[in-house]
Amino acid sequence: MTIDRARAEDHARTLAGDGSASPLLAVDSLRVVLAGSATDVVDEVSFTLDAGEVLGLVGESGSGKTTVALALMGYARRGLAIDGGTVTLDGVNVLGLDQAALRRLRGSTVAYVAQDPTSALNPALKVRTQLREVLAAHRPDLSDEQVDARIAELLAEVRLDGVAAALDSFPHQLSGGQQQRVMLAIAFACRPRLIVLDEPTTGLDVTTQRHVLDSIRGLCRIYHVAAVYVSHDLAVIADIADRIGVMYAGRLVELGPTERAFRAPGHPYTRGLLRAIPDPARAHVLEGLEGQPPRPGSRPEGCSFAARCEFAIAECRIGSPPIAALADGGHWARCRRAAEVAQLPPLGELPLRERAAGAADQALLTVENLSAQYGERQVLAGVSFSVAPRRCLAIVGESGAGKTTLARCIVGLHAQWQGSMTFDGAALRGDRRGRDRATIRALQYVFQNPYTSLNPRKTVGQLVEQPLRQLFKLPASERQARVVGALRDAALSEAYLPRYPDQLSGGERQRVAIARSLVVEPKLLVCDEVTSALDVSVQAAIVELLHRLKLERELTIVLITHNLALVRSLADDVVILRDGEVIEQGPEVLDHPRAPYTHQLLSDVPSLSLA
Amino acid sequence: MSSRREWLVILGRAARSPRGAVGLVLSGLVVALAIVGPFVAPYSPTQTVTATFATPSGAFPLGSDVLGRDVLSRTLAGGWELLAVAAAATILGVSLGVILGISAAYLGRYTDGLIMRIVDIFLAFPQLVFALLLVSVVGPKIWLIIVAVGISHAPQVARVLRSVALEVCERDFVKAVELMDTPAPKVMFGEVLPNLLSVVMVELGLRFTYSILIIAGMSFLGFGIQPPAANWGLMIQENRIGLVVNPWAVIAPTALIAILTIGLNTFTDAVARASLGVDRPADEVAATAGIALETSA
Amino acid sequence: MSAAAQPPLGVSGATRRRGLPWRRRHPIAHMAIVRLALGVVTLFAVSVLIFLATQALPGNAAYAVLGHSATPQRLHALEAQLHLNESLVAQYGHWIGGVLRGDFGTSLANGESVSALIGPRIVNSAVLVFLAGIIGSLLATAMGLIAAARRDGWFDHVSSVGALTVTAMPEFVVGIAVVIIFAINVFHLFPAVSVIPPGTSPLSNVSLLVLPVLTLSVVIAPYIFRMMRAAMIEALESDYVEMAELKGLSRRRILLVHALPNALPPVIQVIGLNLLYLAGGIVVVEYIFNYPGLGAALVAAVSDRDIPTIQFLVLMLAAFYVAVNIVTDMLALWASPRRRAAR
Repeated sequence: MTIDRARAEDHARTLAGDGSASPLLAVDSLRVVLAGSATDVVDEVSFTLDAGEVLGLVGESGSGKTTVALALMGYARRGLAIDGGTVTLDGVNVLGLDQAALRRLRGSTVAYVAQDPTSALNPALKVRTQLREVLAAHRPDLSDEQVDARIAELLAEVRLDGVAAALDSFPHQLSGGQQQRVMLAIAFACRPRLIVLDEPTTGLDVTTQRHVLDSIRGLCRIYHVAAVYVSHDLAVIADIADRIGVMYAGRLVELGPTERAFRAPGHPYTRGLLRAIPDPARAHVLEGLEGQPPRPGSRPEGCSFAARCEFAIAECRIGSPPIAALADGGHWARCRRAAEVAQLPPLGELPLRERAAGAADQALLTVENLSAQYGERQVLAGVSFSVAPRRCLAIVGESGAGKTTLARCIVGLHAQWQGSMTFDGAALRGDRRGRDRATIRALQYVFQNPYTSLNPRKTVGQLVEQPLRQLFKLPASERQARVVGALRDAALSEAYLPRYPDQLSGGERQRVAIARSLVVEPKLLVCDEVTSALDVSVQAAIVELLHRLKLERELTIVLITHNLALVRSLADDVVILRDGEVIEQGPEVLDHPRAPYTHQLLSDVPSLSLA
Repeated sequence: MSSRREWLVILGRAARSPRGAVGLVLSGLVVALAIVGPFVAPYSPTQTVTATFATPSGAFPLGSDVLGRDVLSRTLAGGWELLAVAAAATILGVSLGVILGISAAYLGRYTDGLIMRIVDIFLAFPQLVFALLLVSVVGPKIWLIIVAVGISHAPQVARVLRSVALEVCERDFVKAVELMDTPAPKVMFGEVLPNLLSVVMVELGLRFTYSILIIAGMSFLGFGIQPPAANWGLMIQENRIGLVVNPWAVIAPTALIAILTIGLNTFTDAVARASLGVDRPADEVAATAGIALETSA
Repeated sequence: MSAAAQPPLGVSGATRRRGLPWRRRHPIAHMAIVRLALGVVTLFAVSVLIFLATQALPGNAAYAVLGHSATPQRLHALEAQLHLNESLVAQYGHWIGGVLRGDFGTSLANGESVSALIGPRIVNSAVLVFLAGIIGSLLATAMGLIAAARRDGWFDHVSSVGALTVTAMPEFVVGIAVVIIFAINVFHLFPAVSVIPPGTSPLSNVSLLVLPVLTLSVVIAPYIFRMMRAAMIEALESDYVEMAELKGLSRRRILLVHALPNALPPVIQVIGLNLLYLAGGIVVVEYIFNYPGLGAALVAAVSDRDIPTIQFLVLMLAAFYVAVNIVTDMLALWASPRRRAAR
């Protein structure tokens, strides 16, 4: 890291001098409501933070974590209003400041790093402009040369100094990782005391993510900056946070030092999350959480989590649970049975995954020397592998590696390829329009995004029945029976038949999509990043569903993913793909990687090892 | 939108919103007047009954026009033909445009290129000028007006439908249905079109408004529905010279056209908002773009 | 492709001259050339269409023109003049050949050369269109900006309702209303007709221009207003404006430096479309005000069934369309760096 050490150490010394007797940031009973109503979105949130410390705020979609993060700057999104509580930063209550004072605060004392740099950076302005303006607004005392010097310094700090003409570029001319580093530069420009980071590494490749996380940690340490890091990814949080706060349904349900909170979680939800995420180092069965968190306005009496909690007792549903301090100081959980829960090892009785039987049988799908293009751009080159029946093959790679193109070639959605593919003994044609019905039925595909893969104008029943009507000639009663059977296999009851997709959750929709593929009784199921668009606790259920289908229906699965932990959990064989080429493959790739790229990937993956 | 009768739900929502209610009432009044009018007119719309440009009196509440005919009666009788012709032209134009637009979006490549090139050529004419062009040779026949105005709508409707359909065609559920070996027309009209209903409704409303404007305009210029038939556009033109004497002969038809088109436009706007669900600006751009990006001349 | 060791991206045309094809380096010029070529092709196609419309429709064209005064000799003479006895293709050839030479034929109404007759009117109409275009666009853009900045305020509500109302009205209604209000019945500020003596420039007597320009501006302003308002609101609700707020930037800077540049491209498109609309709108407005321009000429020509004049005028209008389209697209491309400097 090319930071001017001497200057940085001076800076750190001046800040450390205050002894940290009182915390830098103290949040007390923060409450945010839907504008114009009394319906709370976030309530009773209290925590403190010292300079130089990183607090990880964990939660799934709808938990309120982003709302809390923005409230630290006195900001509420359209439709929300900060209703109560205090946010004391360096002795000043941010929530009591007027607009002018807030403007002075934002960007200089408190800085924000947004989740998606592509949309957070103004596409019409050059990078230089967007960096300068924050300095111009808060440091009018600096001359132009000083500003330029500071910008050069910043670029070096975030390792963008090697990128030619970065300053003169428009944001869309930079890669995702570079854009995120520009965001970091903007955030650190005025040497803030507190940085709020909202999932800044979502959508970045594992390796880029590693670099960005390292940058963040380094900058925070050197400049003694406190940070609130919001994320849904427990592994990343484990990597970077000193303490974590877990949010559920708008409340902080657990708070404590990271190590301890993960080793001995006091709240059943935290424990549930830990059991739902796959571990890249160990293949254990995943346990999802049924149901969904309650929306604002429909939060029940008593504990919001009670409906999904295996530890719930009668008292849990009456009156909200008290804060229970756990054995070791600085760690508490909002649960009546916290002490008991903390005693249980989180991954407890989760058995290890059984490996499928040997791959001796005749391969169901063979791909030989496959090369594919999009127009003039080469996407795949010389890819070869085979898929044994009743096993799960994972195709792993970073974004741009060509995984989705490969999946589309297999299933017939992409026809610009050369090489050969054999399925069930017969050669596969490139274009699905040339394939016979039997092949189409036997080779099915599940799309990544359950929000766009179902026609919003059709009911679940119609959606699942559609392939039957197209591909078979069956009487209506027979079709109905099969539809119900497929839904059941996907763990959905008949009650779902008349419902429309927008009445379903993400997890339910994905199950409908899976049922739609199952209804034609396929032999091979290609699953393209089928869990990426879902919340953590829901992913586990889908993964377990796929595993069960593999066993019960003797289904062969080709799993496309970038998530190494998922691969560990579900796959029997692995193919590592990089820039359109196979780097290595086999059943032992994750345990005994040979290629340096695989080594690199495995070491860059943040992991939450609890074993 | 999850109900089967999605279009009914949208219309209902639009009608209940403040803008929609106002629009519905305004346009409804005028339409009712136009349909019922001929039956309740006190005098014959084509007969001279008094002096020219007589000012309003008990017998003639709106006075008389350039040929001494009762303005009130002519106003009551002067709307239905306009509406009927406009409606026919609209249905023709929108149907053609929808088919072309979806085909261009879904079938892509050559079909798309061909359709869009043809569309571009037709778009080089202002709508009014195109209609005038055809009328100049064949004469102001009603069927020609319907065809000319209808065809002049089609390119613009096709453009709008194409751009919206393109987005829908990219969605995974369309690909999923293709994977079931479904033939193209079934995909286009069974999967894609149902997701475009709200756009089609807005286009119908907009185009109907424009049809009325153009046909009234053509009548105003003398190339539409011919005298001595009562027709609002025509009335405005022929009574202009008497503005200082009896302005009502001009004001009455002008006001009715204005109220009708304002009401229709307001209601269509309400429909556009209702189909978005939430008043989100990003979609407002899309909706406004749908409304504002049309040219009508 | 994401490790820090990757070669730097960040393309700026000036620094990467080698290796990048010409069209990438000058995207606007490239587009102009392509569109010009396409435009010429389109115009040819349009000319065929015009020709077919006027001379291939049912009914003998000569008879349609002469109407009841068609004696056999006059019919023959006219048919010869219009080459109606030859095949359609030959007829088209005659016509397009003349057009390319600058000879647009003779007016059937008064026997003079079409181009001589229409020439001065082009200037008159152009003045009208551009004055109305500029005034209307500037006013509407400014109003849209204010309405979006003070969203849901009184200004916003009043102007939005006003826009919605005016959008619906046909231009002849607006014209008549303007005449009623400003010329005849309410105030008597401006003349109700704008007859400009032949040979004089329209700008020499401004009061004659006021009402027609006012009418046309009012007709196009609402569309531009609504698009500007909507585009500004979308920009103000975007993630990058939220980010600018969280950087503590002043409200004015956010409005003018962050939001406005992103709102402009769609507004430019709409302005372009409305200029095109004016090409048709002048037909009615010139007719109402007796303004000696192309629109009034077209109306007269259609009444007289003066085919060569009609053909000429429509072709002029089509050329105007193509030209405005190209300029609009060039401006829109210039205003959106994202599409310009794609990587």
